[in-house]
Amino acid sequence: MIEAAALSKRFGTVDAVSEVSFIARNGEITGLLGPNGAGKSTCLRMMYGVLTPGGGCARVDGLDVRGETSAARAHLGVLPHAAGLYDNLTARENIDYFGSLHGMQRAPLNRRTAELARALGMESFIDRRVKGFSQGQRIKVALARALVHDPGNLILDEPTNGLDVMAIRSLRDMLRALKAEGRCILFSSHVMQEVAALCDRVVIIGDGRVLAEGTPEAIREQTGAPSLEEAFLHVLGTPRGFG
Amino acid sequence: MAALLTVFLKEFLENLRDRRTLLSALLFGPLFGPILFGAMVSRMVNQSVGESDEPLRLTVSGREHAPGLIRYLESQRVQIKFESLSEQAARDAVRIGSAQVILIVPEEYGPRFTAALPAPVLLFADSADSQTKRSADRARLLLTGYGSGIAQLRLQVRGLSPLLAMPVAVNEIDVATPTGRAVVVLGFATYFVLFAVLMGGLYLAIDSTAGERERGSLEALLSLPVARGSLVGGKILATCSYMCASLAISLAAFVFVFRFVSLERLGMSANLGPATALAFFAICLPFVPLGAALMTFVASFTRSYREAQTYLTSVLLVPTLPIAFASIYSLKTKSSLMFIPSLSQHLLMTSVLKAEPIALIDVLTSAGSSLALAFVLMLVTARHWRRESMLG
Repeated sequence: MIEAAALSKRFGTVDAVSEVSFIARNGEITGLLGPNGAGKSTCLRMMYGVLTPGGGCARVDGLDVRGETSAARAHLGVLPHAAGLYDNLTARENIDYFGSLHGMQRAPLNRRTAELARALGMESFIDRRVKGFSQGQRIKVALARALVHDPGNLILDEPTNGLDVMAIRSLRDMLRALKAEGRCILFSSHVMQEVAALCDRVVIIGDGRVLAEGTPEAIREQTGAPSLEEAFLHVLGTPRGFG
Repeated sequence: MAALLTVFLKEFLENLRDRRTLLSALLFGPLFGPILFGAMVSRMVNQSVGESDEPLRLTVSGREHAPGLIRYLESQRVQIKFESLSEQAARDAVRIGSAQVILIVPEEYGPRFTAALPAPVLLFADSADSQTKRSADRARLLLTGYGSGIAQLRLQVRGLSPLLAMPVAVNEIDVATPTGRAVVVLGFATYFVLFAVLMGGLYLAIDSTAGERERGSLEALLSLPVARGSLVGGKILATCSYMCASLAISLAAFVFVFRFVSLERLGMSANLGPATALAFFAICLPFVPLGAALMTFVASFTRSYREAQTYLTSVLLVPTLPIAFASIYSLKTKSSLMFIPSLSQHLLMTSVLKAEPIALIDVLTSAGSSLALAFVLMLVTARHWRRESMLG
């Protein structure tokens, strides 16, 4: 379970995030939806502890990310906005590196990598160097890297950005499978269709604030809009998408 | 500690597979110095040996006024080209380089010589050109020799001892040992050694910091439950390992080059055998973590490979500053200078080359100050890595 409680962050004189609160539950996919620059990444970065909140706090499985950073991170897998791999290492070495840094021993690490390779369909390229991998192969390796320590929670920051249709499709399947395992998945996106297709719950963020929260249907009903897209534009207050 | 080792092993392996890093760290960096140095020294050897063998070339105008002088010059194997030149023509010829040294014997030479009065000759040369200056010096020496020979004859003819004209006998004693003379040349070598040390880690320092950011792998790394100090430590350690390799390769190449460059022909004895190379390695070893920490620190502030390269190229020049400063003020090995990294290594290596005794305290001060500064830089770098701005 991932929890944001009145998270705030200021950069200089700009309030990037103000008093954002929501809960992402286990066995659900929660979508953080908002236009570019709404504060989604800042919000997520505070939740995985690379930014310090100006106010409020973030908790992973009840552990305060700020006070108990290491423990909270051990419960958390992260796929940041830029999820680059090391091109001169093989897929396995990329995954092993993160596993070792999580403090995993050799034997369990080998077991886990084999498990992930099977689950994500990476067996054919697991021992090849990453240089020259397709986007689909790269996202699989990055996801395996984030899941190597078998975390109960997963944060993904705009994971579908720059991916082709095939890669997006296989990513969706992978996320659904992870959800079925009972994990808590929180991901951000500015693409409406994506969130509608995947999420159990949606948190709409605009200008650093939570504008609406609930299941896609609930949000649609609240606003009386015919589709989630209309509802999204409605809560943002910019019917044409440009303010 | 385990995390530090993991980071070290990964950086070490990753860069071992990178052709660019390997070429610069283990080939261009360490071999640039020895090759350039070898070429430079063998050119110097050829030049100086060739010049002293060559006869002096002299253009003479007005030979008819001084047949005795011309005979003397010819007896000294001077190659004389006779021409009739005005003063202005001689000046121009030297200036444009069509003649190196020109001697003009004016008409009044004959009468004044016969009357035992100072007989004038004009010697034209360009002292700014080191090549022709040497020729001019040789010509002047010959003319002085001829003059003092004539003076002695004149004194004898008048019944006086020629010794009367030599009130002071100067005995020059050159104390430069063959090794001492070599040190000027070898001074370049010590800089090239320090250069090789830095070059060995240059790409690793960039790749493990700015490269990590450019590839987009930095944020994932920073979100792991690992102390930032361990990340920085592992990266600096990997950089150190490549720097040590580069240092070793460079020293081996120097030993190899010195076998083939005949410094003895320049009147120097080369003192860079395997034992000296080992001493150099020990002296430079504390400089390795300092260079690694400095480059990692600077590269941590940059956003891309290109930017990092721009800044780190100037870091490569940092060790030259104290060395240049030392040669301008011709500083000698002093204990107080051992606190300055790069300069202390330069002075210690120079002492080893000169086969001078080295105080243990100086070695310890040099190593201690370099290591202390390295440690401080590592702490500062780790602190920077803990900042939010590190995400970029």
